[in-house]
Amino acid sequence: MEFFHRHILDISAFTPEDISYILNTAENLKEILSRPIPKVPTLRGKLVAHLFFEPSTRTRLSFERAAKTLSADVFNLTARMSSVEKGETLLDTVLNLKAMGADLFVIRHPMAGAPHFIARATETRVINAGDGFHAHPTQALLDMLTVREKKGTLSGLKVAIIGDIRHSRVAHSNICGFRKMGSEVFVSGPATMLPPEREALGARVCYRLEEALKDADVVMALRVQKERHGRELFPSLREYAREFGLNAQKLALAREDCLLMHPGPINWGVELHPELENDPRSVILEQVTNGVAVRMALLVLLLGGGA
Amino acid sequence: MKILLKGGRIVDPSQGLDQAADLLLEDGKVVALAPDLAVEDARVLPCEGLIVCPGLIDLHVHFREPGEEWKETIATGSLAAVAGGFTAVACMPNTRPPNDNAEVTRYILKKAQEAGLCRVWPVACITKGQKGEQLTEFGELKEAGAVAVSDDGRPVPEAAVMRLALEYAKNFDLPVISHAEELSLSRGGHVNEGLASARLGLRGIPAQGEAIAIFREVMLAELTGSPVHIAHVSTRSGVEIIRRAKEAGLSVTAETAPHYFSLTEEATFGYHTNAKVNPPLRSEEDRRAIEEALRDGTIDAIATDHAPHSPLEKFCEFERAAFGLIGLETALPLALHLVERGIISLPRLVELLSCAPARILKLPGGSLREGSPADVTVFDPEARWVVTEEELHSKSKNSPFLGWEMRGRAVYTIVGGRVVFSRRELLS
Repeated sequence: MEFFHRHILDISAFTPEDISYILNTAENLKEILSRPIPKVPTLRGKLVAHLFFEPSTRTRLSFERAAKTLSADVFNLTARMSSVEKGETLLDTVLNLKAMGADLFVIRHPMAGAPHFIARATETRVINAGDGFHAHPTQALLDMLTVREKKGTLSGLKVAIIGDIRHSRVAHSNICGFRKMGSEVFVSGPATMLPPEREALGARVCYRLEEALKDADVVMALRVQKERHGRELFPSLREYAREFGLNAQKLALAREDCLLMHPGPINWGVELHPELENDPRSVILEQVTNGVAVRMALLVLLLGGGA
Repeated sequence: MKILLKGGRIVDPSQGLDQAADLLLEDGKVVALAPDLAVEDARVLPCEGLIVCPGLIDLHVHFREPGEEWKETIATGSLAAVAGGFTAVACMPNTRPPNDNAEVTRYILKKAQEAGLCRVWPVACITKGQKGEQLTEFGELKEAGAVAVSDDGRPVPEAAVMRLALEYAKNFDLPVISHAEELSLSRGGHVNEGLASARLGLRGIPAQGEAIAIFREVMLAELTGSPVHIAHVSTRSGVEIIRRAKEAGLSVTAETAPHYFSLTEEATFGYHTNAKVNPPLRSEEDRRAIEEALRDGTIDAIATDHAPHSPLEKFCEFERAAFGLIGLETALPLALHLVERGIISLPRLVELLSCAPARILKLPGGSLREGSPADVTVFDPEARWVVTEEELHSKSKNSPFLGWEMRGRAVYTIVGGRVVFSRRELLS
């Protein structure tokens, strides 16, 4: 099989075969990370530009780790400390980086569609590292890799995603990805943060948390994103933790061998009770390791063919 | 100067006319309409195979002058208007500065006169600076040439202020045009709430926000006994409120724009900024409801909401892109498509694009009766053409219809007895 995509903008562009191919590639490359000297020359001479217009720890460093493991050169641009603060447009910023020889842009941007715009405007390869509420395809891929490793399959599972579904790019990409691979996705959280069924991208919307958690194979908690809404969508963090936060008691509704996931950063005591911190069902740090492997795979698939 | 339009099909719903006839114009007026007119000293425009109708009137355009001349000027906008078959346009007041005082009104009229193409009718602000607080000086504005008032581009947020405007407008017989939008529901939105917002990960603008705002205006029309005109209706729920208000005998009129019956929110998929407009493109259900409202008379007029923007405002991130699209040069063929599909008749099209707008603005026009202004549109309903940037006369090219094949196009546009636009070489 060959990989024809020029960009990684949105999971919806991929077929199940594409997704499996990316995950297989990631699985193969993951081994490099456990070598004594985790470095290969695959992308020597390639320049990857990381443009982060929103704060990020995991995603940004994970991309950097991936690129450096593959011996690519990297630009790290954050909105602060750059000419963006002087009012330079996104378009001009990327055109300038392209003029310096950037082979690929990794973009995190608060506006939905910004990576799509750059892909269209620059004809350079683009990976969406999260755009507004819209999509976070690399997160969904690393989540799927983690689940596939643990469960041996991505089909026939019940995946529960709990939290602010409406404003979560992680939820949107995961709903899309897990459904494509043949699993069912249930979402729950405060109803002010749940989409109506017709806008849920095929997920089942549950107003009772228990309904989503019952017999779930995968339970994913989302971060309460206070910076993303104009006004409070729930009365208090205390009430959120009480009604929608996950703890051992609520997690007991899921299957005994369920996986507990979270894309990070975690608000302990809000969406996750601290008693779950060392829970054996948690694969949260394995998600992070797999994030590097998935991003290595995407860089190789987009840049590796001598393109 | 006499002009004889020979051999066309005259469609004039103002006098219930749809027949082959000749039309004679003289000294800026319609002087005769009859089959086989013989006039010796007239310039003859051959109109065989063409439709001759009262000049099209666009109730709702943005010409960006003064203040945003890089997008459009009154001259370039006027050219786009006559190329699209429009003989008169009402230009909205959200310029910079806004048209909230007589000086700006006079400036617009002076620029329109210099352009010398279509009639340009300034619409003045309802409130100073469009801030929704203090009424503008309706009396002086009307005297300077304003034909209506509207805070278009934004609603009047407070019902009490809108009430005052509707009451005060009675002194001057000024039509009041409402941009109906419930801001607390639409704020921060970029596309229709529903499929588009879910799919694109953008904040949505719910259809019911428009209906809530329309309902307020309808109730204020009842309270004040003043007529109100609703701009750019885009939703099924909005249409239903208007339909019920009309059934109840309230004095409400409404317009929609061609994009609301030609496109749905799917046009925004892929983050196409030329399809970003306010109100947003809606669902297929809404689109059908708009068609039905055009057919059954709930919606009175088609207006373009021609809103030019340059690549500076459109070639950027979707969320940063300005709302609005141009429409003057595509309105006629898009409306003709409704005729082709059997939704409306040709006379109804002329009613929607000419007679009703004149009536709503209480201005002469919209008729080819003897003595009417010689504002005439002649179009070829069969002419096929493709929308390209080169074909468009507007200074801005932000059309979601680029690349579409259109059927129907203006051939002659005549304003005050002068042929201001022609696609054929003129014979004397």
